[in-house]
Order: sequence, then structure tokens, then C-alpha cells
Amino acid sequence: MTLVGQSIEEFRGTVRAWLEANVPTSTDGLAPGELLDVAKRFQAGLYDAGLAGITWPAEFGGQGHTAAEQQALDEQAARFDLPTSPFRIGMGMCGPTLLDLGTPEQKARHIRPLLRGEEIWCQLFSEPGAGSDVASLQARASRDGDAWVVNGQKVWTSGAQWSDFGALLARTDPDVPKHRGLTMFIVDMHSPGVTVRPLRDMTGRAPFNEVYFDDVRLPADAVIGEVDAGWQAAVTMLGHERVSIGGSVRQRTDPLGFAGLVELARDKGCASDPVVRGELAQLYAAERALSLFNTRLQQEAAAGSPPGARGSVAKLAGAMVLWRAVQTAGQVAGPETVAWETDDARAGELATAINATPASSIAGGTNQVQRNIIGERILGLPKEPGSDRDIPFRELKVGTQRRS
Amino acid sequence: MQLVLDQQQQELRTAVRKFLADHSPPERVRAVMDGSDVTDGYDRELWRRLATELGLVGLVVPEQHGGSGAGHVERCVVAEELGRVLTPVPFLASAVLAVDTLLALDDVAAQAELLPQLASGDLVGAVAVAEPGGSWYTAATGTTASMRDGTWVLDGCKTHVVSGDVAEFVLVHARTPEGTGWFLASGDAPGLRRTPLRTLDPTRQLSRLDFAATPVRPLAGDAAAVLAAVTDRAVVALAAEQVGGMERVLEMTTEYAKVRVQFGRTIGSYQAVKHGCADMYSAVEQACSALRYAAWTADHDTAQLPLAAALAQVVVSPAYFQATADTVVLHGGIGYTWEHDAHLYYKRAKTSELLFGSGEQQRQRLADRLGI
Repeated sequence: MTLVGQSIEEFRGTVRAWLEANVPTSTDGLAPGELLDVAKRFQAGLYDAGLAGITWPAEFGGQGHTAAEQQALDEQAARFDLPTSPFRIGMGMCGPTLLDLGTPEQKARHIRPLLRGEEIWCQLFSEPGAGSDVASLQARASRDGDAWVVNGQKVWTSGAQWSDFGALLARTDPDVPKHRGLTMFIVDMHSPGVTVRPLRDMTGRAPFNEVYFDDVRLPADAVIGEVDAGWQAAVTMLGHERVSIGGSVRQRTDPLGFAGLVELARDKGCASDPVVRGELAQLYAAERALSLFNTRLQQEAAAGSPPGARGSVAKLAGAMVLWRAVQTAGQVAGPETVAWETDDARAGELATAINATPASSIAGGTNQVQRNIIGERILGLPKEPGSDRDIPFRELKVGTQRRS
Repeated sequence: MQLVLDQQQQELRTAVRKFLADHSPPERVRAVMDGSDVTDGYDRELWRRLATELGLVGLVVPEQHGGSGAGHVERCVVAEELGRVLTPVPFLASAVLAVDTLLALDDVAAQAELLPQLASGDLVGAVAVAEPGGSWYTAATGTTASMRDGTWVLDGCKTHVVSGDVAEFVLVHARTPEGTGWFLASGDAPGLRRTPLRTLDPTRQLSRLDFAATPVRPLAGDAAAVLAAVTDRAVVALAAEQVGGMERVLEMTTEYAKVRVQFGRTIGSYQAVKHGCADMYSAVEQACSALRYAAWTADHDTAQLPLAAALAQVVVSPAYFQATADTVVLHGGIGYTWEHDAHLYYKRAKTSELLFGSGEQQRQRLADRLGI
């Protein structure tokens, strides 16, 4: 299907019609594997309709449209709950980074299947000893002729259980200071020596994993960007991540979203209580101010000034909105927030959402890291004196362990 | 929606900022505030130049009435700049409240007579709504207009009237035997006593106006609709002023954090201070986004204006005060001195936060407009 020559209004109409016809009505009760099938079918259809990768370059399988079309699509998509969460990391982080830094061959190989949902991506940065201080990571990639051999462990890897590829950050030179000896690679997650183990989070679910690498061989053309320039590649990807997280559309059925909580308040008969009304208004204001900020960032990007570190504002604000929502939810749901009848599915979903809230203040860089980024990169405040910046990596203390 | 300023609007901002940097430096603001320079309570000479040289007072006044026929986005750009430097001129009273009230009324004669004089800066207008014990939102219950011997007269008391002491005329919201209405009173009308109030904010004058059989002229229009329209637009213009102030205190605090040294390094390198600045930046960005949206609706989507205005108020008002409080505290002792400008922003922010209703009233108003 071609969309060439359409006006924005026509495009918006095309999007609406397609979404109305194709968004699955309900995915409740499906097993994770079934959900993944639904997601892949949906994404393939979206791609074939010319509605995936709106602003991505056409030569690699994107649509080559402008931010205006993207905004039109986002507006329409906000009316639905799209089953696209398995593709969030590929579409929001790995794909954009490949477009920025990848070779023409890498783009030609990976972008189209990524956009069509045929291949799922994960991000392999964090380690048990390297959280906020990602650059202190210990996974090693050693040269073996033209190829590389990877050993080490990653953790908090969302979606690794169904990923086909990962963007791996590994140490290629331990004899230089920590930021200088890193390289980013494309890893085939089906390679021999890659082991994925689910990790339960505080909600009791296991959306993320530990990933172990035992003598995993990577070809020379797996490097993203330059060898030993992995930190720059990581910063590029983390920038995309913040924009992606901060700008992500709230699910309409989000139990901690304004719309869902208004509905809950009405059903519980407390929507006219001034305290509840005030709380809901405040939550709306926080949600809307953030979404308007995201729109403003998009418009500025379309006008030629990319968001840069301001993505951290969206990321931080998004986390803070959720904390406010937890407070509002308690006001609205009252005692049923903490104990509910077995058949009250909505109360169960709210409890899970409350338990999942701290993740937003940690994943993708903690709130404290975001504030450092805003303070240093946007406001130009000086860094804390670093005791480790000029010391070769192999002489550093890392994480909670002493390096042998 | 358009949340980014276009080329012309950016040029307007640059020009106004430059003009105010040259003609409204902090020492001038303080001279007016102390009454050591002028005695009118505002910078009359600067006001004249803003009106005549730059044409900023009549920005939203149609060209047929001597204005420049620009939009609310442009007026917000100007308000933002005035709010940055706390210039003591009656912009909110005259270029916002009085202009908007006249525009919202159906009184062609009053528009033709007064708008050109407002735009030229020859007259300052004020708008009187709140009464003692009430607020802007619980308007006009005690002040009454009645017909006596063939003329309309006003009796009652209005308070917190912005620039009410210096205005050449006042537009008054009052009760009549047939409902509410708007009335025009001359600033020197017989039976009108104007008393400047002691104010938290020394850069913005508020007054009490007592009316005793004061002769007034009735103005044609749907009084309630006018009040609603004026309030929404004033809230947006005030939000612009507030955002300008936020931007300025963020700059002040960041600059200071880069030069002030304690324990051997600049305080901005400590996360405790850095994170305070980062939170302020985050608040400014969101406040600015809510403001830009509200200003855009005032020009292009007035059906959404009531919601957007209430939203801007709820987002911006408490955020500005928080930013100024943090500014004083992050500066430490120097920020608490009379000599430092931090307290001027703190006082302006608290005043602006409460000028059009308390925080709770603002939230309830937003809830109303959300249909909750």
C-alpha cells in the first residue's frame, strides 16, 4: 500500500480506519506465547499497511515520512491499546541506534525485519556490578583473529526470552580507563553459549532476565560503530531510550492512568468528592503537561533541533507522574487498594501496577541519574570529581565485588 | 497544535528582552518599587515607550481600534519577558484584563472610545471583580449597580484590584436588579475611594475600591460569559508571566551554583544542589509546554481554551512558587537578603498563585472542565 501524495488529514483517516479494523479487541487471558503471536501478526500487518517506521528512512524499509505523520499516527494510536510492547526496545532504542551508527549492510540486514516485528531485539548493557555506572561493566569481548569471543553476565534484560538479537556492550580493552575500552556489538541471541534465565521482579512476574555468555563467538561485522567507541554508541542508545520511555503512550486501560482512575472513581461513587476530584485534576495536569512537553520536543525535532539530553526530562517526569498516580489511586480505590475479593480483576491489576511503579524510577537510568544528566548536560553544572576516570579499568573496584 | 514559537515570535521575544535589559534593569525595578524614582507606583516612562515605540500594549487589540491585531501567543511572549524581569508596569491590568473585558463585551461605543487609548498607553484600565472575603471566582455578590435619578450608580467594595490605584478607569463586575453586569467607572469619579493595600509583592500594586453612589456607565454584553472569557485569557497571560519568572530564577540559581564554592568545590557539583536545579528545569519545561498549549488555544481553538487555561494554571502556579522557594534556599543566606533579587520572585510567585483563586479552587475548576 502506498501513502504517497496523501495529506495529513487523509493519512490520519487511513490510520484510524486501519487501526479500527485491525487492533485486537482483547488480549486478556492469553498465555505469553500466544500474546507474542498476536503481537507479531499485528506488527506485520501494521508494517504492510505502511504504518510502521513512519519517520525511518525508506531505503531500509521505513516510510520516510515526517514528524507530522508520526504525530498523526501517535494521536490515533492513543485511542487504542496496541499489542506492540515486545517491539518497544527494538523500535525505540536498538533500531534508531543502528540508523545512527550502523553500516549500510547492518541497516539493510536488520531494519526491515525489526520494523515488521519478525525479529525482536533486546538491550544488553546492565550487569550485576554495573547499574547506574554502566561504563564499569565487566563482560569481556576478546579478539580471536577477525572474530570476537564474549564471556560474562548481563541482567535486567527485558524481553531477552523472546529476542532474536541484542545490542551488547562489552569490554574490549581493560587497560584503558573504563569509558574508553568498550565496544557495542550485534549479538544473535540464538548463538551457542547464550543462556537466558528469567528473573522475577517485585510484582512476581518475570518480564526480564539474566543473560549469560559462555565463549559466544561474534563475527567482525557485528561491531556497531567503532571498536572501543562503545561508550559513544551507548550514550546514543540511552538518549533514544529516554525519549522512548518518556514519550511512550499510556495504555488506555492503564490502571494508574487518569482515564482509568476517573472511571474507577465513578464506579465507586466517589467522583464527586472534592478531595478525589482535586487529586484527579492534579493527576490529569501532571500527565497532560508531560504529554505536551513530548509534543513540544517532537515539534522542535521536526524544526531541526533534536531533543538531546532533554529526553531525560520526559523520563524523569514520567516516573514522577506514576508516583502521583499511586497516591491518587489509593484515594480513589480506598481499602480495596490493599485487599479485594478474588473476582475483582481490576483491583488485582491496580495492585500489580502499584507494585511495578518503582521500576519507572530505576529502569533506563534512575531518577538520580536523570537529574545528573539534566544538571550536567543541559544546565552545564560541573560533574562530581570522579576518582576513577583516569585509571585503567583493570585497577578499579567495581560494583560490590573486588576484581581478581 | 503549535507549541514552538515561529520565527517572528522568536524575533519579538528577542526584541522585547533586549529592550527590557536596556530599560528595565533590576536597579530600575527597585527604584520604582521603593518609590525613590517615580511616585506613580509604576514606571510611567517605560510604559509609554512599551506602548508607543514597541506597540506591546495593544497587541491583541484589533487594528481598527489602534492595536496591532496580533494573537495571544504574541502577548504571552511579552508577558513572559516582563515576568522575567518583574518590570513594574500595568500590563496585566491594562493590556490583559481591561483589553480583554472590552473585547469580550458587545459595547461597540466603549470599544471604539477606550481601546485606542489603552493601546496607545494614554489610559490605564483596571478590572474589579473580587470582593472582601471572597475571591475572583466568587465574584460580584455585594457590589450593586442601580438606577438613581436617571443615572446608574454603584455601591459596594471591590478588592485586590490589580493597578486599581493608578488606573484612569475601572471596569466593574456588579449585581443589578436583573442579574450581573459590567460598569465603567472613571478613576476620579465622585464617591470612588481608592486605597492601596499593603502587598506581599512590592512590585505589583493591589487596591481596594470603595464605591458610594459612584456614577457609572453600564456596558452591553453577557456579563457571565464576559467574566469567563476574561478569566481564561488572564490566567493564560499570567501563566506566561509566571513561566518567564521561572526561567529567570532557574538561570539565577544555576549561575550561582557554578560560582559559589564550599568544601573546596562549586556547590553545583554536589548532587544535592544539582538535583534541585534539575527538578527546577524539569518543572520549567513542563510549565512552558502547558503555557504554550493554552496560548495556542486562545488563538486557534477557543473551544479548548477553558480546559487549557485551567490546566496551565494548575501546572504553572504551584510550580513557580516552588521554583522561587527553592531558589532562595539553594542560594543559602545570600538568597534571604533584601539586597538579593530572589525574594522579589518569591513574593511575585505567591501573589500570582493566589490572584485568580486558591490552588484548591483551581483544581476544582480543572475538574469541572474535565467533566469529573
